[in-house]
Amino acid sequence: MDAFLNLFADNTIFNPTTLMHYWSGFVMTVQLVFLALVIGLFIALPLGILRTSSNPFVRLPIWAFVYFFRGTPLLIQLYLIYYGTAQIKGIQDTIFWNILSEAFYPCLIAFVLNTAAYTTEIIRGAIEATPKGEIEAAKAYGMSAAKRMQRIILPSALRRGLPAYANEVIFMLHASSIASVVTIVDLTGAARDIYARYYAPFEAFLFVAAIYLCLTFALIFMFRSIENKVMAHTKPLS
Amino acid sequence: MIDLHGYGPSIFQGAILTIEVAVLSLILALMLGLAGATAKLSKNPFARTIATIYTTVIRGVPDLVLMLLIFFGGQMMMNEFSDWLYDEFEIDMFFNIDEFIAGVVTIGFIFGAYMAETFRGAFQSVNAGQIEAGYAYGMNRRQVFFRISFPQMMRHALPGLGNNWLVMLKTTALVSIIGLADMVRLASEAAKAVHEPFTFLIPVAFVYLALTAVSEWILGRLQVKYSAGVAKG
Repeated sequence: MDAFLNLFADNTIFNPTTLMHYWSGFVMTVQLVFLALVIGLFIALPLGILRTSSNPFVRLPIWAFVYFFRGTPLLIQLYLIYYGTAQIKGIQDTIFWNILSEAFYPCLIAFVLNTAAYTTEIIRGAIEATPKGEIEAAKAYGMSAAKRMQRIILPSALRRGLPAYANEVIFMLHASSIASVVTIVDLTGAARDIYARYYAPFEAFLFVAAIYLCLTFALIFMFRSIENKVMAHTKPLS
Repeated sequence: MIDLHGYGPSIFQGAILTIEVAVLSLILALMLGLAGATAKLSKNPFARTIATIYTTVIRGVPDLVLMLLIFFGGQMMMNEFSDWLYDEFEIDMFFNIDEFIAGVVTIGFIFGAYMAETFRGAFQSVNAGQIEAGYAYGMNRRQVFFRISFPQMMRHALPGLGNNWLVMLKTTALVSIIGLADMVRLASEAAKAVHEPFTFLIPVAFVYLALTAVSEWILGRLQVKYSAGVAKG
């Protein structure tokens, strides 16, 4: 403990004030990423299923949404929503302005739409990779299309999509660092504040890089254990 | 036609800059990726460890944090290096890390790690029997690499390389944050000046979509070229 305290004794940068600043940044990052992922997943699930529809009026709009959000930088999407919504005529008099005038919500909306687009594509890929035989068997048992989706296609597709979704979660964690551009004090924002205050780029940014690294490893570990659980039936016995 | 309020030409310049940053980073990333993959597959445990640390750490940290670190920290380090050079050898040299260098180096460095993983997987999927056959024909290591490993590795690596390139193209938007006048920065500044965000940001978004479409076309052509001689089902 003494050695630990000595480590902090002769430094001016990591004092309680800055550590609290990092902590609030950490809370903000986790909040943003978690909310974006959960809401994004709820949007992506129906979109992913409808994306495989044979009706072009259903399929093509979803294709366009996914293509736009996967093909343009998240930064542009964030600017479009953050600066764009403020310029819509009359919006400042409506109830929406209470939400949109803070930086948090436009940022959350941009993240949600972005992750929804990527997740839709993951779900579509997983659904289309369902073995034909399983679907034929379900049809032979007399299951309706909805029952097939619920009992046969989705359970195996969601398992198949899990590794790609784990990548998407980590991508989202890293992408969330651009929230600092629109005045949100997330982890990166906290590091930028502390850099500006002490003019110490290495301490400020390496510390925050280490936190991101730990978060990434925690996510990888978490997804690996989920994968081991839900994919257990595909593993060899011994 | 959309009225760009006279900002059109400068945003076009910004688009050129975006492509420049992307292409230069790609070259750096490909070199680092090949070096990283070679190190990861080598028998030397020291090289393997260094390469593993490189790919793991870089892929675990957000691009923006690394970019800020290299942009702000790099200049400080270079200044100290200049001081040291002057103190030790009386060499008066100044290294300037501007936004362009910081951006290209960071993006190249980050995607080098992703490329290394792609190349490593691709090298491993080249049939070992073919490499042995190459040696049996009396080719030396260099010849085996350029005639057998590399062309076949490229076929396996291309889909991954293509993905990395498309992600990288979008990552170049981050250089606008450290102040480089790429098309995102110019468009967002014009948007703030004229108070018409959609007029400027949507065309820029479509430039990215167009660049993506062109890249996909080129990648498709390359895939055909490197798949020559592969039996199709």
